[in-house]
Amino acid sequence: MQIVACIKQVPDTTQVQIDPVTNTLVREGIPFIVNPYDTHALEEALRLKDRFGCRVAAISMGPPNAEATLRKALSLGVDEAILLSDRVFGGADTLATSNVLAAAIRKLHGQDEVGIVLCGKQTIDGDTAQVGPGIATRLGYTQLTLVDRIEHIDLEKRVIRVRRKLEGRHEIVEAPLPVMLTVVRELNRPRYPTVPRRLESADAEVKVWNNQVMQLPEPTIGLKGSPTWVSRIFSPERDKGEIIGDGVHDPDGTANLLIDKLLSKDLLAL
Amino acid sequence: MTPNPAIFTPLLIAAGIFFVWSCYRRFSLVTLGRPEDRFSDPGMRLMEMLLYAFGQKRVVAKPFGVNHFIIFWSFIILLLANGEFLVEGVVPSFSLALLPAPLYHGLLLAFDLVSLLTLAAIFLAFARRIFFPPTYMSTTYVKARSLEGFLILAFIALLMLAYFGLHGAEISLGNEPAAPYMPVSSAVAGLLLAFPSAVSLQSIAWFSWWIHALVLLAFICFLPHSKHMHILTAIPNCFFASLEKPNTQPREEFAKGGEFGVARVDRFTWKDLFDSFSCTECGRCQNACPATTTGKSLNPRQVIHAIKTNLLANGPLLQKGGAPVIPLIGEEGEGSSTEETIWACTTCGACMEACPVLIEHMPKIVKMRRHLVEMESKFPEELLNLFENMEQRSNPWGIAPSERTKWCSTMEIKPFEKGVTEYLFYIGCAGTFDSRSKQVTVALATILDAAGVSWGILGKEEKCCGDSVRRLGNEFVFDRMAKENVQLFREKGITKVIVQCPHCFSALKNDYRQYGLELEVIHHGELLDQLLSSGRLKLNRQVSDLGGVLFHDSCYLGRHNDVYDAPRSAITAATGSAPAEMERSRNNSFCCGAGGGRMWMEEHSGERINLNRVDEALRQNADTICTACPYCMTMFEDGLKDRQAGQTRVRDIAEVVAEGLRPA
Repeated sequence: MQIVACIKQVPDTTQVQIDPVTNTLVREGIPFIVNPYDTHALEEALRLKDRFGCRVAAISMGPPNAEATLRKALSLGVDEAILLSDRVFGGADTLATSNVLAAAIRKLHGQDEVGIVLCGKQTIDGDTAQVGPGIATRLGYTQLTLVDRIEHIDLEKRVIRVRRKLEGRHEIVEAPLPVMLTVVRELNRPRYPTVPRRLESADAEVKVWNNQVMQLPEPTIGLKGSPTWVSRIFSPERDKGEIIGDGVHDPDGTANLLIDKLLSKDLLAL
Repeated sequence: MTPNPAIFTPLLIAAGIFFVWSCYRRFSLVTLGRPEDRFSDPGMRLMEMLLYAFGQKRVVAKPFGVNHFIIFWSFIILLLANGEFLVEGVVPSFSLALLPAPLYHGLLLAFDLVSLLTLAAIFLAFARRIFFPPTYMSTTYVKARSLEGFLILAFIALLMLAYFGLHGAEISLGNEPAAPYMPVSSAVAGLLLAFPSAVSLQSIAWFSWWIHALVLLAFICFLPHSKHMHILTAIPNCFFASLEKPNTQPREEFAKGGEFGVARVDRFTWKDLFDSFSCTECGRCQNACPATTTGKSLNPRQVIHAIKTNLLANGPLLQKGGAPVIPLIGEEGEGSSTEETIWACTTCGACMEACPVLIEHMPKIVKMRRHLVEMESKFPEELLNLFENMEQRSNPWGIAPSERTKWCSTMEIKPFEKGVTEYLFYIGCAGTFDSRSKQVTVALATILDAAGVSWGILGKEEKCCGDSVRRLGNEFVFDRMAKENVQLFREKGITKVIVQCPHCFSALKNDYRQYGLELEVIHHGELLDQLLSSGRLKLNRQVSDLGGVLFHDSCYLGRHNDVYDAPRSAITAATGSAPAEMERSRNNSFCCGAGGGRMWMEEHSGERINLNRVDEALRQNADTICTACPYCMTMFEDGLKDRQAGQTRVRDIAEVVAEGLRPA
C-alpha cells in the first residue's frame, strides 16, 4: 500500500501585494513556499512511512518552477515526487484541479494501491478547502477533513480512526480505507531535512507528468474544465483606526484607556 | 652518591620504556583526528608559545597563578638537577661538578633555593585545596578527580623533601665540598647535626636518595596517565594554538555522501584531540562559563575531559577499524556530552579566554551541534521556526523582507551606491525589525548624518548575516546565506561596512573572510569614538540626563574581537565621565545569555543568565546600563522587567551619543 501527499506551491502570502490596476497578485520577487498546511500532510505521510514502511509519493500540480516544492518533499524523505505540469492544466479552478490530481492518484493506484491520500485543509492562496474533498469525491474515497490527530490505524483490518478539529469541539470518526484526509496544523510538527537528504534530493528525479502522460480530456481540465473564474481580486477597505493617548509620555494612562476601549467593544473578557 | 646502579638502572629503563610506550599510545590516538594545518607562521607560533607557555601569561592573570608560575619555572630549572640525578644513578662518575666551577656553584645555589620555593608553593597549593578551595572545585566532577591533584602535589613535595634530606645528610657527613652554595641544604644539615637520631646520617642519605629515585620514576610512569600530562602537552598546545582569535568555526564542504559535524571522536581534528590531552582540569573555563555559573549541565572543562575519556576508550578500537563503545553525544556518563549540554553554550568565548593553555572549546561544541542539526535534525523545538524563517525570509522572525525599510519610514535614507556612497550601513535583522532596536538604528542614522558620513543601505535587498544559524550548527544554511551575501556585497562593490550589532560585526568581519570577502567592518562603538575624537561629530550638549552610566561588554565585540576601549571613550566623550564598570568586565565580561543562538531558545534549567548579569549591574546602582548589541539590550530589558527595576534604563551607545545632538 502507498500513501500520497498532495502539496502545493504557494506565494509567501505575508509578502503578497495586490496590483491595484490589474487586480492580480504581484508575484514578482515574491518567494514561493510549500503551502503550510500541506507540510503537515506531508509530515503525517512520512510518519506513517516510518511506522508501517509504506511508500510515500508526493504530487503537485503547478508550473515547472513548482519542482522546488517537490524537491523539498524529496529532501524530507518521500520516495517519489511527481509534478503534474502542462499548459493545458493552467487556469484550473478547484474542480479541474481535483480532476487532474485524482487522475494522477488513480494512475499511481495502478502500480500499488493508494490507501491514504493526505492534503492540507486548505491552501493559503486560494483558501477554498475544496480540492481535498474534490479528490475524495472523484476517487470515491471516504473523506475525513480537519484531522488533528490520528487515533488509530490498522492496515490489516483496513480501518482508520481520526479526531477532527471542529469549532469548539472535537469529533472522533472511523472509516474504512481508502481514505482522503485533510489536516490541520495541530496534527504534527514537520521535520527538518538532514543535510545528506538535501544533497541527495538536489539531483533526485522529480517526475513530470504532462497531459501526454495523463491523457485527460481537455474539457475536464485547465481553464476549459473550470466552471468558476475569478472576476476580481482586491484588498477590502479597512476602517481607519484611531491613535489613543500618548504612549510615550503617559504609558499608564494610555494602557488604561486602551483597556477601556477594548472592554467597551467586548474584545476583552474580565 | 649513587647507592646501587645495578638495581637503579633496570628500574630506570623499565620506567623509561613504560613512559615512552604510554606517550606513544596517547599521541598515536591524536593522529586519529582529521587533518588541520597548525604549522603556518612558525615564528609567530613560537612567540605565542614563549608568551603563554613559558611566560605563563594567562596563568598569572589570576593571583594564585603566581604559585603555578613558581612551580613551572622551578620544574624547568630542576629538570637539570633531576637529569643529573638520573644519569648519576646509572653512571656514578657523572656529575654537574664537571662543569666550570662558577657555573656549577650557580646551579647548585639555584637548585637549592628553587627547591625551597617549590616546597613553599606546594604547601600553598595543598592549603588552597583543603582550606580555601575556589567555588568551582565543589562540583561532583571535580571532587571525583581531586585525589589525583593531591597525589601529584604529594609527589612533588616528596621530591623536594628527599632532595633536602639527601643533600642535608651529605653535607653533614662532610661529603659535599660545594656546601657553601647550598644554604637550605646546609640548614637541613645543621638540623640533622643538632638533633642526632638513632638513624645514621648515612642511612638518611641512602633513604632520601631512594625516596627521590622511586618517586621520580613513579611520577614518570604516572604522568602520561594523569591530568599532569599537561606538562608534556601544554607547551606544544600553545605552539599549535589558533593564531587568530577562535571567534569563528571552520567551513564544511557539502558533497553527496559526506558526513557533517562530529559525533565520533575521530571526526574531530587532531588539534581538537590534542587540546583534550592538554587540559589539566584547572577549572578556570568552568568558572567563567555563563552556563555553568547559572546551573546548566554544560561545563566546558567536562566537555574537554569527555573528549579525552572518549578517545582513550574508543581510540584503540577505532585504530583497529572497530566501532566506538562510548558515544560522544549521549546520556550522561564518562566520555559523553549530553545534547542538553551541547545546546547550553552561548559561544561567549569566556572559556577560551580563560584557558591558560589556549584550548579552543567553542568550535568543538559547534561541531557537535552540526552533527545534531545536519545529520539528525535533532535540536530544541524552538529552533525549527528559526531555521525555516532564516531559510525562507532571511531573518529570525520570518518577517517579510519587503518590510526591511519600514524602520526608516520617517527618514530620508539613500540606498548604497557604488562609487558614490562610502559606507554601507548594514542594519542587521534586530535593527530592522525589533521595535526597541529600531530606535537605536534611527539614533545611529541621525548621528551619521550629523557627522556628514557618506552612507547608504541595502534596503529590501539586505539579508541576515547568518550568525545565529552558524553558531547553532546549521552550517548548511549558513553556507548558503554567506555565499548569497558575499555575492551581493561583491556585486554592489561594498568594501566598508558600518554595523550596530556585534554578531553581524563578527560574521561579516571574521566568518565571511573564509569566503574570500575582506571587508572593512566597523562597529558603531568604534565609529562613534572616531567621529567624536576627530571632531567630525560635534555634540550640542553634554549628556547628563542619563545619570550614572554602566557599560556592558558584548562578547562578540569585546572578547571575540578585542573592541573594549572605543565604546568607553565614546561614552566618556558624550557624558563627560568614564562609564562605570561591572564586576566582570572587558575580557572577563559575563554573557547576557543570548549568544550562540541562545537568543532563540528557551532557558529551561538553572538560573537565567540574563538575571545573573542584571543583578550584577543592579549592584552597581547605575541609572543607565549602556549596551552595544541588540541582543544584550533585549536580555537586559527583559531582566530588568523581571527584577521590577523600572528605575534603571537600558540605552545603546548610539542612543547615549544621540542625546548630545538634542538642542542644548
